[in-house]
Amino acid sequence: MFGLNKKDTRLMWIVITMVVFAPFILNPFPETSGMAQFNAGYPDLMQRFVIFGIFAIGFNILFGLTGYLSFGHAAFLGIGSYAAIWMMKLLTMNVIPAIIVSIVVAGLISLVIGWISLRRSGIYFSILTLCFAMMAYALAYSVLTPITGGETGLQPKLNDPRIFDAPLAAGASPKANLFGLQMGATYELKLGGWLFVINAGYYIAGLLMLAAFYLSIRIFRSPFGMMLRAVKSNQQRVNYTGLNSKPYTLAAFVISGMYAGLAGGLLVAMDTQAGAERMFWTASGEVVLMTILGGVGTLIGPVLGAGFIKYMENIVSKINSKVLHEWFAFLPDGMEDFLVAVFYPFVGKGWHLTLGLLFMMIVIFLPGGLMEGGQKIADKFRNKKKNDKDDSAQAAATPAE
Amino acid sequence: MSILTRRGLLKSGAVMGAGMAAPTFFVNQAHAYTNAPTGGSVTLGFNVPQSGPYADEGADELRAYELAVEHLNGGGDGGMMNTFTSKALKGNGILGKKVEYVTGDTQTKADAARASARSMIEKDRAVMITGGSSSGVAVAVQALCQEAGVIFMAGLTHSNDTTGKDKKANGFRHFFNSYMSGAALAPILGANYGKDRKAYHLTADYNWGYTTEEAVRTSTEAMGWETVAAVKTPLTQTDFSSYITPVLQSDADVLVLNHYGGNMVNSLTNAVQFGLRDKLVNGKNFEIIVPLYSRLMAKGAGANVKGIFGSTNWHWSLSDEGSKAFVKSFGEKYGFPPSQAAHTTYVQAILYADACERAGTFNPCGVAEALEGFEFDGMGNGPTLYRAEDHQCFKDVLVVKGKENPTSEFDLLEIVEVTPAAQVTYDASIFGGELGACNPGA
Repeated sequence: MFGLNKKDTRLMWIVITMVVFAPFILNPFPETSGMAQFNAGYPDLMQRFVIFGIFAIGFNILFGLTGYLSFGHAAFLGIGSYAAIWMMKLLTMNVIPAIIVSIVVAGLISLVIGWISLRRSGIYFSILTLCFAMMAYALAYSVLTPITGGETGLQPKLNDPRIFDAPLAAGASPKANLFGLQMGATYELKLGGWLFVINAGYYIAGLLMLAAFYLSIRIFRSPFGMMLRAVKSNQQRVNYTGLNSKPYTLAAFVISGMYAGLAGGLLVAMDTQAGAERMFWTASGEVVLMTILGGVGTLIGPVLGAGFIKYMENIVSKINSKVLHEWFAFLPDGMEDFLVAVFYPFVGKGWHLTLGLLFMMIVIFLPGGLMEGGQKIADKFRNKKKNDKDDSAQAAATPAE
Repeated sequence: MSILTRRGLLKSGAVMGAGMAAPTFFVNQAHAYTNAPTGGSVTLGFNVPQSGPYADEGADELRAYELAVEHLNGGGDGGMMNTFTSKALKGNGILGKKVEYVTGDTQTKADAARASARSMIEKDRAVMITGGSSSGVAVAVQALCQEAGVIFMAGLTHSNDTTGKDKKANGFRHFFNSYMSGAALAPILGANYGKDRKAYHLTADYNWGYTTEEAVRTSTEAMGWETVAAVKTPLTQTDFSSYITPVLQSDADVLVLNHYGGNMVNSLTNAVQFGLRDKLVNGKNFEIIVPLYSRLMAKGAGANVKGIFGSTNWHWSLSDEGSKAFVKSFGEKYGFPPSQAAHTTYVQAILYADACERAGTFNPCGVAEALEGFEFDGMGNGPTLYRAEDHQCFKDVLVVKGKENPTSEFDLLEIVEVTPAAQVTYDASIFGGELGACNPGA
């Protein structure tokens, strides 16, 4: 459908199903059970899953296809966020202008940064993008404080102009909406012990994520995508054949910058706040991790990687010693304390440690990321039946750079 | 294939359509306010930095919260609940409901703090969020709580903005601010160093640095000091020698370090190593001032803090009944005295619980009304007022000095003067901003 081959259509349907039913899939445990700790089906995290999914999909168009490793992509995320929040402050709390402008502004800035950075390749390119991102961060954090709010960031205020909006009712506060439908609007569905949360903002972000995913499939399968792959496998040879590869790489850079801008705009639309630390280099590193963890150059891998990291950050970081004690309460005291002492360094504030260990294991044993793991399991189920080597649709084809 | 596609498309289209067509009635109407507790317990969200530059403060805050929960549920020795002038709390939880809590890591990043606070509100059904160890985080989370319709009890945040230009009706701050630091410090500095000094400011290049520099400048210039220069230093700076050299060449005789945490530890160490304190300028001893002190910072800077003036919200060596009770129960549980971060967060948790009891509800609007204009004592800072206009506490401010002969690793600061609240009170409108109306959510 829509110009996709059979395999891609199936993948698209899988993703659509996942996005639509995420509130149910992510809440597998009854609300009152001890396992409810691991439920991820609440609006904030679901929104983050799809938004960072978009960010990673966009990053993968650059990194997965051309092999150019940008270490400064968070800058575009932050620029998109600032553009979006200013639209909300100046024009309207409706998210549409905010999202469109965030994509456009991030696209323009990435054109400038890409044009300069792409004069070099390899590690020099990475360092250049990192420099630009840190410059953007420093500017936002202190120099441009009047525009960016500095450390405290920007939020909609009661006395913002918002020229298209009707004046607020007394006591009301400005809320992001889509023609009156608030992003925070939520319907709670109680089924037995389960509680499912259907959130408007999530589905809007999810819809955009599906659009972004579809576009990324089309880019992967297009002649343009093929050119980008050619750049990745041997840029010199491409140049020797008389082709100028710069316009292609620049286009890929700008497209992925616009994806990042969209993600930034959506972050603001879902949670109306923009701050500078969104642009810090660790945020740029995070999207690299997401992509590698999921599977570089695969279609759906980056989305899974984004979900994985955000899950660790939001769920594992909230397990504290009290929760651990509750888990092991059935054991004798000495045993309980021992197990808590063993597990404690890996949860709560130690979630980085767990993430690091998992990341290491995945890179060592599954260089193709989670997608390679999935592929291996699938192969096992098919009784190691040799399936046709359709390299274009082979999900776990490309190992990490 | 095409039939399946069309049907699937229609289905998903219908779902989306339903989502879009249903505007405001699509919200949870079961309760009058967000996360109204239904069972026999009530959940509070403790959102503190567990990683990043302020992890030490965060760890101490968490200890204080756990202690407060214990006391609220009737465990331990009751701590400051016994000395608190309001006797609404009975040690049976809040409004008869057992106090449960969830924790999260703010990472001292506004984004992470908001994500963690949102998960507490949306997933764990927390009815109040408290904590934080920087103003950026406090302002961000406060705005979030205003939107979500829960109460925010700020932790360690010293910038004027939190209850100034960024104040919110659902947010409350017990900690003091830059303005109060300046107002409390100036008279002591005047008395000790004279009224014709020339000051050189080094200021951390972010909001808190700006407001602190402005506060100290305004109050010292008012008594006759002259500001020679004010230089901004990057927050990530670790070596300040290149900023200290110009100080030596200027004719300044006082250096004000508007730095906090690791910044202050490094800049003070550099300044002392450069021999600034042994210098004579304009016939006067060169002096260094640190507007915001904490015990944890004093520990980091070691012997360099000796004799250096600064201000602090609370110190464990205070001898009033409230402080003694708190230090005792904290010390018994953890084996060392609490920091000012622990004190302010403990007090905030107790104040919130007390306000719920007095209001008879967890409804943010009721709680806010109970806190506004609330006057109390016995919490370690003397008589205190939660001002209704900006939700800022007004209480005595401590001016402290690095101790010359510390007896232990916790005994690093000595109290020079307790500046009365009246002297640091200001008009609520000077920082701008709008409080807005309280939001009960749902």
